[in-house]
Amino acid sequence: MKFIKDIFEKTQPLVQKGAKYHWLHSVHDGFFTLFFVQKNTSKSGTHIHDYTDLKRTMGMVVLALVPAILFGMYNTGFQHYKAIGELASTGFFEIFLFGLIKVLPVIVVSYVVGLGIEFVFAQIRGHEIQEGFLVSGMLIPLVMPIETPLWMIALSTAFAVIIGKEVFGGTGMNIWNPALVARAFLFFAYPAQMSGESVWVSLSDTDKVIDGYSGATPMAEAAAGNINFSISDAFFGFIPGSIGETSTLAILLGAVILIVTGIGSWKIMVSTVAGGAVMGLILNIFAGDNVYMSLPFWQHLIIGGFAFGAVFMATDPVSGSQTEKGKWIYGFLIGILAILIRVVNPAYPEGMMLAILLMNTFAPLIDHYVVAAHINRRLKRAKISSN
Amino acid sequence: MSETIKLRKGLNIKLKGSAKAEMEILTFPSTVALKPTDFPGLTPKLKVKADALVKTGDALFYDKYHPEIIFTAPFGGKVISVNRGERRKILEVVIETDVKAGSVEFTKADPNSLSGDAIKELLLKSGMWPFIKKRPYGIIASPAEKPISIYISTFDTAPLAPDYSFVLKGQLGTFQTGINALAKLTSGKVNLGVNQNSAFAAIKNVVINEFDGPHPAGNVGIQIHNTAPLNKGDIVWTINIQDVLFIGRLFETGKVDFTKIIALTGSEVENPKYYKTILGTPVSAMVNGKLKKSDYKQRIISGNVLTGSKVKSLSYVGFYDSQLSVIPEGDDYEFMGWASPGIDKFTASKVYLSKLFPKKEYELNANLHGGERAFVLSGQYEKLVPMDLLPVHLLKAILVNDIDKMEQLGIYEVIEEDLALCEYACTSKVKVQEILRTGINTMIKELG
Repeated sequence: MKFIKDIFEKTQPLVQKGAKYHWLHSVHDGFFTLFFVQKNTSKSGTHIHDYTDLKRTMGMVVLALVPAILFGMYNTGFQHYKAIGELASTGFFEIFLFGLIKVLPVIVVSYVVGLGIEFVFAQIRGHEIQEGFLVSGMLIPLVMPIETPLWMIALSTAFAVIIGKEVFGGTGMNIWNPALVARAFLFFAYPAQMSGESVWVSLSDTDKVIDGYSGATPMAEAAAGNINFSISDAFFGFIPGSIGETSTLAILLGAVILIVTGIGSWKIMVSTVAGGAVMGLILNIFAGDNVYMSLPFWQHLIIGGFAFGAVFMATDPVSGSQTEKGKWIYGFLIGILAILIRVVNPAYPEGMMLAILLMNTFAPLIDHYVVAAHINRRLKRAKISSN
Repeated sequence: MSETIKLRKGLNIKLKGSAKAEMEILTFPSTVALKPTDFPGLTPKLKVKADALVKTGDALFYDKYHPEIIFTAPFGGKVISVNRGERRKILEVVIETDVKAGSVEFTKADPNSLSGDAIKELLLKSGMWPFIKKRPYGIIASPAEKPISIYISTFDTAPLAPDYSFVLKGQLGTFQTGINALAKLTSGKVNLGVNQNSAFAAIKNVVINEFDGPHPAGNVGIQIHNTAPLNKGDIVWTINIQDVLFIGRLFETGKVDFTKIIALTGSEVENPKYYKTILGTPVSAMVNGKLKKSDYKQRIISGNVLTGSKVKSLSYVGFYDSQLSVIPEGDDYEFMGWASPGIDKFTASKVYLSKLFPKKEYELNANLHGGERAFVLSGQYEKLVPMDLLPVHLLKAILVNDIDKMEQLGIYEVIEEDLALCEYACTSKVKVQEILRTGINTMIKELG
């Protein structure tokens, strides 16, 4: 350890302002702080500080994503072999390996592009590398269909980091969830490539697809009026869909980690699910002979990106509501809107993404009214006591 | 007695090195000093020059804008130096103590027989006034103002805080005299905040409010908010419990006697306990020979680890402080510290395994444990402040210098100590207390 520390300490003067390699300052700094908690001590205010920092916090979120990542890899292989009819004859590790090879490049591209831009901005602004992208960089691959070309991943990541985050001032300042900005960018910029039946299952290097196979997601099928997915498959995740969002079980494991560590707001998760359930029930009432509208409300929660969005996207503390009361309203409206958009407008099957982005936009407004109510309560108290 | 007020929000930080219930009389210090820097916002004007001879209770300096507020010598002797800092700012007025110097004679009287104005005059003359602070702002009270009440907390919930039932043992009579004097200064009541089974519940001439909860339940600001919250224009006075004894002694003996008890605490102290000494005692007299031998740096804090100020051993204990805390400086790198399971890492959050051992005591150092960031997480501060207050929104209002918003969001109700836990727990390492003081200074400047 001392050996690594010595390297960093020795190279420190080389990246100081005015020194030859100052342009590498943010990179040096980024890796130094990653390997070593710095020796800076308190100069003012409290003398002791909590051991929790943003690296730890973001690290825990990535940890919570691990079940979804691993299952996403397995499911990528699973859907592939299912489509070519060789599922029964393929072993577990072979299936996982296929997915690993497919998914890993997406993750690498997302991190390389995103962190590269972060390093550049940190260098220009002269501040430390901020940890927000550790999570965004993992969320982006997980919300993408497996067959998204890597150049699109790169382009959307760049768009998300620059337009979605850095123009507002970086981590902590952004209005929208960067990962969803990436997804929305692709959805609207390349609609032809980003929808249909071919993107959800990795079949680009094979032509052995079995007869009558459809790679459509349960959501797309439901929108087309035929609901025939198996409940257990949808819950465990053996369905086509974006890489990380098919398995409700894996996402629930992540939710447990986020709630136990107190990092993800359970209020937002609960209210989002409640909103989705309520909207599902309302649609049931007006369903008539519309198949999608009559889908039992709880089934909405296990298909598409609903669970993933509720647990990992809506709970983003920066783009979400920041007041405790606001969180209830914010989450509930996400749930309502996600199901409404999903069912009523089949052109936008991924209602969760749009619902969260929309509520990200309105989160400051919700907070504004919560704070205004707080101020009013204080003022009322003043009047009572002065009488 | 009214019902116990239960406060659920907050956090007790369990550190190693709390003072044992043992008291030692410290060798009488050869020098004592007053530090004008202990009083936020004060512009001191000297009344003595170097080499002047003073008695205990003679004025050393006064407030430029309130000349009636004077600061008196904690002990008689010779003024040996006036230490100045940048731009000739006065840092310390140091007296070489001399037991033969004598003390100034003030009126000896039962406060119950005196008028409020007479008491006020005596407190001003004897240098007792600076112990009385006011809310809003947490600065020295202005003698012309009329407080709606006076609040005193009899217990401190801060890390390693002294136990005042031990410190004031056998002095409750003097404490009562001090209370009687203070009671004459307000049209309202003196409010005493006590914890459960407190010896102070027997004090007369006061309203007793019983509190139960984690830190900061012992903070007087929290107690005010949870009994009669401050509104715009209200003024409440506060005073530290041990400082009431000085006032009590003044009325009982006619002399000032700044004898006080200071707890020496912290994980770097060999044998943490209480020491009987005097106001303005040198830090070196308190700590020399009493700290653990170490090959790393130690940080000495006058006050507690949340709100105290860092002092060198050549300096003096702070005017309002009843505690010295000594902790490791922690100015060293830690390999992958943020990624460790953290069984020994105390945290206000739930991201380290230390959460599984709620009763353990910890040794914490002064390291920041991470880089400074913008506000990222939400809901973190609210859990630590037992008030109807939105701390993050208040701090943001201060950062953008929006005076209306600061007022609406309750800046009158808080001082640094009330939000200190937020700064401790902050994931983004935001300097909460510094920001809050900036906001308070803005309010003082704009509104007076």
